[in-house]
Amino acid sequence: MSRSGETLRVAGTRAVRRASPAAIAGRLCAAALLLLLVLAPRLFAPAFRLLAEDGAPAIYDQGSLLQLTLDHVALVAGSTAASAIVAVVLGVLVTRPSGRDFLPLSRTLVNVGQVFPPVAVLAVAVPLVGFGLEPTLIALVLYGLLPIFENTVAGLDGVPAAVMDAARGMGLDPRRRFLSVELPLAMPLILAGIRLSAVINIGTATIGSTVAAKGLGEVILAGLGTGNTAFILQGGIIVGLLAVLVYDALGLLEARLAARAGRA
Amino acid sequence: MIEIEGVSRRFGDTLAVDDVSLRVEAGTVTALVGASGSGKSTLLRMINRLIEPSAGTVRIDGRDAASVPGEALRRGIGYVIQGYGLFPHWTVSRNVATVPALLGWDRARIARRVDELLRLFDLDPDVYAAKLPHELSGGQQQRVGVARALAAEPKLLLMDEPFGALDPLIRAKAQDDLVALQRRLGITVVLVTHDMEEAIRLGHRIGVMERGRLLQYAPPAELLARPAPGYVERLMGGADRPFQLLSLLTVADARDDGPADVGADVAPVPETLDLRDALGLLLWRGVDSLPVVAADGAPRGRLTLSAVLRRAGRPA
Repeated sequence: MSRSGETLRVAGTRAVRRASPAAIAGRLCAAALLLLLVLAPRLFAPAFRLLAEDGAPAIYDQGSLLQLTLDHVALVAGSTAASAIVAVVLGVLVTRPSGRDFLPLSRTLVNVGQVFPPVAVLAVAVPLVGFGLEPTLIALVLYGLLPIFENTVAGLDGVPAAVMDAARGMGLDPRRRFLSVELPLAMPLILAGIRLSAVINIGTATIGSTVAAKGLGEVILAGLGTGNTAFILQGGIIVGLLAVLVYDALGLLEARLAARAGRA
Repeated sequence: MIEIEGVSRRFGDTLAVDDVSLRVEAGTVTALVGASGSGKSTLLRMINRLIEPSAGTVRIDGRDAASVPGEALRRGIGYVIQGYGLFPHWTVSRNVATVPALLGWDRARIARRVDELLRLFDLDPDVYAAKLPHELSGGQQQRVGVARALAAEPKLLLMDEPFGALDPLIRAKAQDDLVALQRRLGITVVLVTHDMEEAIRLGHRIGVMERGRLLQYAPPAELLARPAPGYVERLMGGADRPFQLLSLLTVADARDDGPADVGADVAPVPETLDLRDALGLLLWRGVDSLPVVAADGAPRGRLTLSAVLRRAGRPA
């Protein structure tokens, strides 16, 4: 019994640390495809031409795909970073003894941020802050709070009671207990929340283009506006590849942290 | 020396510890025994102020514990808990180095101390220093937990069910190791357990607690011979009481100078063996007496069955 359990655990650990050749090949292909689509979209013209209406351009020509992709990534990175800061700080506060009472309230607020559709947030935000980047950032930041907040709370609450008791008993002060024990042990889960948030927002950020924020949504909107399926597909494929690769990259980082935290 | 005077602790409406006074002599092992909820852990945790007393004072070596900042106090007192609470993301050596690092020892001194402790606890530094706790067996984790508690050379060690998570074979070994270690270092140990046998085995004095009150505080032999009426009497009154009593004595306490009436080929018993085990040998071999030898092998007379049995009954 225990023998087979041991083997299973070892196998599981290996799977985390060393990806299979097929997975690595898949990742490399996805990365290569993304680079080509962004840097040399003309290469794909023959394929996309099949989808474009007669005479319509097969490859998006109203701006640089590279620039739009960079804008898109910057938008998601910025909004996810802001979500992470707000959600982690909030999550830390409500897991302190003095902040416990605010957990239900914070949870409700964060849930509202998730339940409110980003499109509706845009509709409310545009009259207040105008068109462009700002309303999009507001919508994405609100939308990204929930996974990070919940994972932060779960991660901090999940630190074994014996470990915290030992830390106090050894004479670690509250600051050291937090920075060198609680936070590192909660980090894999916090990072999982950030990863979820980032991936959701890579897709959601496309709606920013409806209020004139720069991003890959432009390509999709242009396609929708002119009935050009080739554009829609180009934008969609780039967004999809971005999401897959970011999910993967953050997942690897998380697995390394988890292994270091002794939880692999 | 620890002097606990009139200490109480209230949690809401319940009195977890109710006006307890006791004195722990330096260099001894005191076991606090009781069912869960008896207040024994709370009492232990008031010594290093993980829990602040609602009333009363705790003095350690004459100094009021409340006069020292909590963190500083705790860095000077070893602390071992059930489940050990090793930091799962730190290597064995970093775990052991926790308190010395907090105290600001220099690197070389910490490294020397960690190395010394790992060897003392039978953990080859070359093999174990860089391992993470989850890569160790339960017994090894327990030893790392004790090594970590002793790293800064505290004179006082507090242990809350330190053997509770070990299986019986390893537990007996860990208990023996603790006894040897305590003798060697001369430290004071206060240990919480729900297991009376463990308390009798380890404690120079035993405090029995029930519902927050300290019912009796006495050496194990006295607790067995004259348990306080009521709870303690019921607790101690098991059919194995004679054997518990014998386990407190050694062959040296019961031997005499007469000749053992067995053949010369019978293996002698060492005089340091406890009488419970000696009785086992007498019964198993079906003899009335056995020759006794000192640690150096010199003959020390004999041990008779009747001498053992005389000491198993209720003391006068």
